[in-house]
Amino acid sequence: MVEQVRKLLEKKVESPEGLESLRQSIVAKRDPQRTCISVCGGTACRASGAEAVVDAFLDEIERRELQVQVSLKETGCHGFCERGPLVVIEPKKIFYQQVKPEDVEEIIDETIVAGKIVERLLYTDPTTSETITYEPDVPFYKKQTRNIFGANGTIDPTNIEDYIASGGYSALTKVLTGMKPQQIVDEVKKSGLRGRGGGGFPTGRKWQSCLEAKGKVKYVICNADEGDPGAYQDRSLLEGNPHSILEGMIIGARAIGSHQGYIYVRNEYPLAVRHARIAIEQAMDYGLLGKNILGSGFDFNITINKGGGAFVCGESSALMASLEGKVGEPKAKYVHMAEKGLWEHPSLLNNVKTWANVPLIINKGADWYAKIGTAGSKGTMIFSLVGNIVNTGLVEVPMGITLRQMIFDIGGGIPDGKKFKAVQTGGPSGGCIPEKFLDTPVDFDELTKLGSMMGSGGMIVMDEDTCMVDVARYFIEFLKGESCGKCTPCREGINRMSEILSNITQGKGKPEDLDTLEDLSEVLSAGALCALGQTAANPVLSTIRYFKDEYLAHITDKKCPAGVCRELIRLSIDPEKCEGCLRCLRECPTGAVTGEKKQAHTINQDMCIHCGACYDVCKFNAVIKR
Amino acid sequence: MEVTLDFSKVKAIVEDYTEKVDSLIDSYADKKEQIISLLQDIQAEFNYLPQDVLVKISQKLDIPLSQVFSVATFFRAFSLKPRGRHLVTVCLGTACHVKGGQRLVDKVSRDYGIKPGETTEDMRFTLETVNCLGCCALGPVVVVDGKYQSKVTSDKLNRVLKQYK
Repeated sequence: MVEQVRKLLEKKVESPEGLESLRQSIVAKRDPQRTCISVCGGTACRASGAEAVVDAFLDEIERRELQVQVSLKETGCHGFCERGPLVVIEPKKIFYQQVKPEDVEEIIDETIVAGKIVERLLYTDPTTSETITYEPDVPFYKKQTRNIFGANGTIDPTNIEDYIASGGYSALTKVLTGMKPQQIVDEVKKSGLRGRGGGGFPTGRKWQSCLEAKGKVKYVICNADEGDPGAYQDRSLLEGNPHSILEGMIIGARAIGSHQGYIYVRNEYPLAVRHARIAIEQAMDYGLLGKNILGSGFDFNITINKGGGAFVCGESSALMASLEGKVGEPKAKYVHMAEKGLWEHPSLLNNVKTWANVPLIINKGADWYAKIGTAGSKGTMIFSLVGNIVNTGLVEVPMGITLRQMIFDIGGGIPDGKKFKAVQTGGPSGGCIPEKFLDTPVDFDELTKLGSMMGSGGMIVMDEDTCMVDVARYFIEFLKGESCGKCTPCREGINRMSEILSNITQGKGKPEDLDTLEDLSEVLSAGALCALGQTAANPVLSTIRYFKDEYLAHITDKKCPAGVCRELIRLSIDPEKCEGCLRCLRECPTGAVTGEKKQAHTINQDMCIHCGACYDVCKFNAVIKR
Repeated sequence: MEVTLDFSKVKAIVEDYTEKVDSLIDSYADKKEQIISLLQDIQAEFNYLPQDVLVKISQKLDIPLSQVFSVATFFRAFSLKPRGRHLVTVCLGTACHVKGGQRLVDKVSRDYGIKPGETTEDMRFTLETVNCLGCCALGPVVVVDGKYQSKVTSDKLNRVLKQYK
């Protein structure tokens, strides 16, 4: 397709007007009423088997010779990952979930040919038991404001024409035809946009200092080193709508006067890398990147760099060191990266989501943008709602929505009738928020007040079976592995915290441990070189603050109330429930389980190593953890 | 049967690939700063970073060996040891953690006698952990040779690993 268009045009688009007429010609060629089967091709849906579904559709369409009436599209992530693979039939937006290749024939027969709905593939709202036919009516989507993420479900990320048809690159033409660099920066400032990567620094201020920074060579960088465990919205955007990020970067480059950009992306995200690469090639072909963009005389190139799997490289100075081919160690930031960054040149680094916001702000105006959100946090934010929650997936909501609305109205609450215990936000730099603060509006400042932070938008919901001491230990353990080791407070402080927390979870905790943890936290936040260390104590401090009783249960009573910490639990078998299937007996690594077929088994406590293997395999819930 | 690593064989493999390695390294001649990408390409070829290739990179691109080595050991994606025929990666992102990812790591460790980062003696499996694969909706996730396994249970893991000989 792209090849054909190129041949038709024979040359690049050479002016903003040229892009406009290209857009019109693409739109004119398309019939909005034409049936289009769009299959979610995000990583999660692929992992659930979306590729086989696409193949099945292709075969079936070919077999029935339906190519003229129907088109097939593999889009980016729709967000409702829990229910994948997702199939949406346009233009009506009929929503089928958990589709398997063997369902394809029926979909073609019933929906495409006969115009009927396949009831069994529809989504049923678990709270109301209501069956929902159309995508926008699904409660999960209904309560969202999908300004940034919406296009993910409708465009083919490997086809630039889809993006152009949906109005893409019009913000760029606006900038190239009528806005001076300072005007662009002013617009971003006025919008109130704050960095979506973690810190929430005002984006416009960063742009301003980079614009004012002296130097002929300047760089624009997109931080796609999404390291927060439990957050995957950057990946989904880069996979599903890469051109929106490129457009943001080109506008940023125009504003500060940069001619070279970098996308630093995790190597663990192969699909995002591929789609970004295709997008860059296509943008080059269409004259939207490279020399003399749209005939404006402005040159800008983007290179992709793949990260090596180091969490600390999400920190700006470490990321830039890594771009220079060095070890990803952060530097002390006496001078901002915006003034002296990559190779000592002024560098404008923003997160994927921040860049994706830029075209929207330019197109719709800062005033429109600033109307969304709260006083201190403007616009929408994409959260990944994961963990012990019914509707796992990506949600985009205006800043200021409450945690309760997010978790219960959109997320559908906690599965299996379990009780909510906490929500963890902000990744390893964030904290755990208990039930009593569920009505807090979510924005940068409110989350910080609660001892957590916005971070990259990860939101991990934890139910009553989660041990909060174990969660704190988990994050500290994570940071211990990821601390680059350059500065002493972080290297040694985190190590010491990890020792103490491990001791507590093993029943070796002492009453004074909590004070020591708090002291170490102070040292870290005051003395660590970069944000990784400065915020490392947040998961510990917030769990001590809100779940002190759980710490005390571990330390004083030597008990893990949630039944997670291995050394503190006792496993036994409920003879009433045990069917004597021998399953756990075979799985037990130490031979602690004994018993005969069809007779209740028992666990020899002297031999038991508390590994929980029996608990994991028991189909009758007969193994009791206490 | 005990299988030990035959380094002379490993070396022979590397030599077989000399041309490919040379052209790979040469393609980075004017972008030395992208050494991480180069190491990723090398690792994709050999499954790990053979020592003599690191020396070669240092010589050909005129980067101090110490810098090549520091980058190769800093990033957790790289392995300086040969890895097994099948790579088992257990996700330990927060969502997978609360859904029991660690218990899956323990299980593989128990069943095959390897800790994360280690390889079974018969070179069948290498066990690794990863911080987050961004498939949080499907947790706990285990990836075997690039294939994602979602909502993995103890039984499912048994079934899956059996398929890889």
